Amino acid sequence: MSTPNGTPTKITQGSQTKGGIGESTLRPDGTLKVTGEFAYSSDMWHEDMLWGQILRSTVAHAEIVSIDTSEALALAGVYAVMTYDDLPTEVKNYGLEIQDTPVLAHGKVRHHGEPVAIVAADHPETARRAAAKIKVEYRELPVITDEASATAPDAILVHEGRDDHHVGHVPHPNIVHRQPIIRGDVAAARERADFVVEGEYTFGMQDQAFLGPESGLAVPEEDGGVHLYIATQWLHSDLRQIAPVLGLPERKVRMTLSGVGGAFGGREDLSMQIHACLLALRTGKPVKIVYNRFESFFGHVHRHPAKLYYEHGATKDGKLTHVKCRIVLDGGAYASASPAVVGNAASLGVGPYVVDDVDIEAIALYTNNPPCGAMRGFGAVQACFAYEAQMDKLADAVGVDRVEFRQLNAMEQGTIMPTGQPVDSPAPVAELLRRVKAMPLPPEQQWLSAGEEADVRQLPGGLSNTTHGEGVVRGVGYAVGIKNVGFSEGFDDYSTAKVRMEVIAGEPVATVHTAMAEVGQGGVTVHAQIARTELGVTQVTIHPADTQVGSAGSTSASRQTYVTGGAVKNSCELVREKVLEIGRRRFGSYHPAWATAELLLEGGKVVTDGGEVLADLVDVLEDESVEVEAEWRHRPTEAFDLRTGQGNGHVQYSFAAHRAVVEVDTELGLVKVIELACAQDVGKALNPLSVVGQIQGGTIQGLGVAVMEEIIVDPVTAKVRNPSFTDYLIPTILDTPTIPVDVLELADDHAPYGLRGVGEAPTLSSTPAVLAAIRNATGLELNRTPVRPEHLTGS
Amino acid sequence: MRVNFTVNGRPQEADDVWEGESLLYVLRERLGLPGSKNACEQGECGSCTVRLDGVPVCSCLVAAGQAEGRDVVTVEGLADFAKQRGEQGGCASGASGASGASGSCGTSLQDAQGWSAKGQDSQTGEGTELAPIQQAFIDAGAVQCGFCTPGLLVAADEMLERNPNPSDADIREALSGNLCRCTGYEKIMDAVRLAAARQGEAV
Amino acid sequence: MDFLRPASWEEALAAKAEHPTAVPIAGGTDVMVEINFDHRRPEYLLDLNRIGDLEEWEVGEESVRLGASVPYTKIMENLRGELPGLALASHTVASPQIRNRGGVGGNLGTASPAGDAHPALLAAGAEVEVESVRGSRLIPVDDFYTGVKRNALAPDELIRAVRIKKADGPQQYSKVGTRNAMVIAVCAFGLALHPETRTVRTGIGSAAPTPVRAKAAEEFLNAALEEGGFWDNGKIITPSVAKQFADLCSGACNPIDDVRGTASYRRHAVGVMARRTLTWTWESYRGTAGRTNKGSAA
Repeated sequence: MSTPNGTPTKITQGSQTKGGIGESTLRPDGTLKVTGEFAYSSDMWHEDMLWGQILRSTVAHAEIVSIDTSEALALAGVYAVMTYDDLPTEVKNYGLEIQDTPVLAHGKVRHHGEPVAIVAADHPETARRAAAKIKVEYRELPVITDEASATAPDAILVHEGRDDHHVGHVPHPNIVHRQPIIRGDVAAARERADFVVEGEYTFGMQDQAFLGPESGLAVPEEDGGVHLYIATQWLHSDLRQIAPVLGLPERKVRMTLSGVGGAFGGREDLSMQIHACLLALRTGKPVKIVYNRFESFFGHVHRHPAKLYYEHGATKDGKLTHVKCRIVLDGGAYASASPAVVGNAASLGVGPYVVDDVDIEAIALYTNNPPCGAMRGFGAVQACFAYEAQMDKLADAVGVDRVEFRQLNAMEQGTIMPTGQPVDSPAPVAELLRRVKAMPLPPEQQWLSAGEEADVRQLPGGLSNTTHGEGVVRGVGYAVGIKNVGFSEGFDDYSTAKVRMEVIAGEPVATVHTAMAEVGQGGVTVHAQIARTELGVTQVTIHPADTQVGSAGSTSASRQTYVTGGAVKNSCELVREKVLEIGRRRFGSYHPAWATAELLLEGGKVVTDGGEVLADLVDVLEDESVEVEAEWRHRPTEAFDLRTGQGNGHVQYSFAAHRAVVEVDTELGLVKVIELACAQDVGKALNPLSVVGQIQGGTIQGLGVAVMEEIIVDPVTAKVRNPSFTDYLIPTILDTPTIPVDVLELADDHAPYGLRGVGEAPTLSSTPAVLAAIRNATGLELNRTPVRPEHLTGS
Repeated sequence: MRVNFTVNGRPQEADDVWEGESLLYVLRERLGLPGSKNACEQGECGSCTVRLDGVPVCSCLVAAGQAEGRDVVTVEGLADFAKQRGEQGGCASGASGASGASGSCGTSLQDAQGWSAKGQDSQTGEGTELAPIQQAFIDAGAVQCGFCTPGLLVAADEMLERNPNPSDADIREALSGNLCRCTGYEKIMDAVRLAAARQGEAV
Repeated sequence: MDFLRPASWEEALAAKAEHPTAVPIAGGTDVMVEINFDHRRPEYLLDLNRIGDLEEWEVGEESVRLGASVPYTKIMENLRGELPGLALASHTVASPQIRNRGGVGGNLGTASPAGDAHPALLAAGAEVEVESVRGSRLIPVDDFYTGVKRNALAPDELIRAVRIKKADGPQQYSKVGTRNAMVIAVCAFGLALHPETRTVRTGIGSAAPTPVRAKAAEEFLNAALEEGGFWDNGKIITPSVAKQFADLCSGACNPIDDVRGTASYRRHAVGVMARRTLTWTWESYRGTAGRTNKGSAA
């Protein structure tokens, strides 16, 4: 078939400066994005294309008695209706780690909104009408909604006959995975403690709420295969899950990354990918599927809600003695990333502190709640909310300033983690806290600064005009967190980069081709910068990401600049070697430096490390092009021991600290965050502008789950009660404060350019900092997030 | 049904429009103008913001038939729209208002650029003429995934037309109907301040 | 679905008479969401955008005749003096984009208890001007809301305008939402002082099946103000009077628990808003500035 409208094209970006790493070069896709020309997956269009629609379960847990598609099929304009029975092969499930998720429900639905049937029709309205005509009879089953109902002796099993590799070590089949971390002797340490504080904390279910809903276009190919244009976080992981269900070899499923409207973990799992391909192959026509916002709330996994039980002890001179905790994550109906979330929650469960005696248990449940999986900072976010509340409590018990107490116990390079792993690169936890604390506080009562009348836009309640200053109390809170960077626990976490260098129109040009999913983070900007730095060119072409090149791993775990950036750097270095070989071959006899000196590529020339120019790249290359495709890996990690949690499980840690300043209308329970200052160590800022953008964006996602964001699941029916942007609220520009950012660059010698993954750490400490500030303003204990007005008014 | 209206200065005709279709759907799926984004279809995110007879509206909440005979500007036409306004002196009269001189609100060009890394350029789409607000969004790093960007640009451009020297609170109020999930809005604030300052400088 | 495009009010009435199930659409805020999400497939959509009269208003001696489709933005910009409560309420509606298209007619037609305009209309005193081919009638706004998302319109009637009493004293409006902009009310409260009649009127939103007035609270306050000679002496209202007024406003609520808030929070918040808006309006009536919290920053 022909190429659809919206097919991504190569983007060439030049630079008048060196445009290398460390500069705030601008996005190569910026112009396309501000003119509306950048094609997102929902913008794809193909002549003669059909629209796909998914019929989803209206109940959370039920046996499917019957499905009748006859009326839907009879509707004019309908080309296909498919159910489980129409799946072409024996592979009918998919999943990131455990293949437990049915492509279409088989015999049973396990959560509200599970896909049951799919339709292709000539207009979205026709497809909707057809889906509405499919008759599904359900026999409802009791719902499993929490730890008690999941692990009761007579509990219905969410998944009968599990045979995944976790089932052998979990205490109940409704537990996906369990990871203990045991180090030292907590009982003995407790004896040494002068102060012990306990707490039970609840973390609500957060949604990624990326603005571009799930969508894609599947185009059948002449060879019997399919070409999928898709917004995802990891093309090759999708491919590995899609191809077997279609019964096609991977080479016959071509995937091209379309524009991605944000991700934040929500595109790590498949959504409509297989459905669109199935319909395209069935009808022989291109099929586009675009979720609306309602469906998007059912179409991707959410952040795990959690219950966290903590006990912290300290001596009277303020040293932590021990931490004992139990973290219960609700994974919902399917496993998704739950095992990795458990691993992170457990291994990072005490936070960035020195504690020798630790007893941690983290589990994820199978329930009939919405499936939960990856979201920015997973596992670590929930734990940070709880341990930072505990640190404040304990500081108060000891009678030490809260920031000082953290600094007194802060980890540093050389600290041994509860997993036994030494921290082998800078860990400036105390310094980050010092920096956020040292920033000047915003002036009081800014709402009066504009003129005679109170400016309600600067007060809690905002435009709703609920206070002119009455009841408003300011509070300040601090928090710091630790996040692992990259895929952990022995995962083979590699990326591939293909780099070519050639002369085009009299100028040397580098082309970078990876399968990295650009989801907005700016990876494409950084790749061009790396190529300029390593190859001395100004013109860099970024090839669209697709599966014609090896895997770049996932755009998650703060790993892309580190790992795919590392791969681009590595491939550039290999290209450089080849270019120099050509140079030596052609010009080596003209100058001894070709043989003796360390040679660099700079400003389009081959130069010695002393700066002497040996040749123009244009002359070296002439009409030759040099291309390298190579994989690159970070240092290997190990699995955590299943009984003790010991193991060098992580490759790198990332740290951020926040200070939140809030104003709370204590009578109405409304909160205005005035300022959310952040200090973060990024190792090396490859693009300072993008780094700050990541920190600010992550900070606000943390603010959202502190004061407003929560998917509310009915505890009786396990149905989602607020699947819309009317009732799932994310912060507006009137809810967000100024976000001063202090960036530290302490190199990690193990990482490319010394960089440290940036994206997630700011999402961790933001939430507990806001909560601490609200506690400071109100004097309330507040063990749950998000905080709702009724929690603050006691009504 | 058939719907006729003007989009970005050009007469457009859409045929076989289902009566329940929104203006957003017609723009995106029938007129080949997918710049306006569909992110919520319930007026809660502003990604589909267009100007309807000059007024910023959510195009997802305008029934296609309601656009009959009317004038629509989308992000695809924003650069031309801003250029014409400039030629007609539309913003110049506003920008020369007295409030600009007092410095009581708004940000000077120097301040607005204070945060910005110097010596950079983007040649992508070279030759594409951009509205000042579009250039400012690129320069300030206000674009990440970019899905909210078209709607924000239309809303911000209209605000600067009405209020060339906005305070921070004014910017926040004017853009409070546009959700962004990537940036935390700080760089969007920077971008609007920058565009306002450049606009003031140009007068 | 059919799309009806009357070019005049008379054509609109005729169309509505012929197709009583036709759903009027103006700003589209409610109707388009229902269509976009497949919650509603009306047989006919009746577009009112072409009827220019509906976007006009007239300021009379006693009242403002506000066309049903006058956008909230226009109310905020042009009628702050005459309709201060409604102007404040308009400012809390959704987003700038929605305020540019939505009008009071839509709020009344949908008759959601969460509609932002209702408490202001109830407090100011208003009549809804409705019309059909059979004729025109004025429905007092107090009688207009008949149930959750139900109103007093006959199937062939359309809302033409709202006649709202011009403010003869200070008015205030507050709304609680869990976000600082673009939020549906958890609950809302409107208060209008009417010095000419020496009465106060209230309106409560999102805290009962319909928008309601807190009549017992009004009667209590009317009596207390009269008794103490407050209208004449302009004294500060005593905290005990304000508290009792607030409690009675809370008592007028009949709220539910839902995803936006709990019933008890709604009762509590209405009380707080009642007390604060009473303070603001009364301070304003006494001729002092509205600022209640002069801080050191001044």
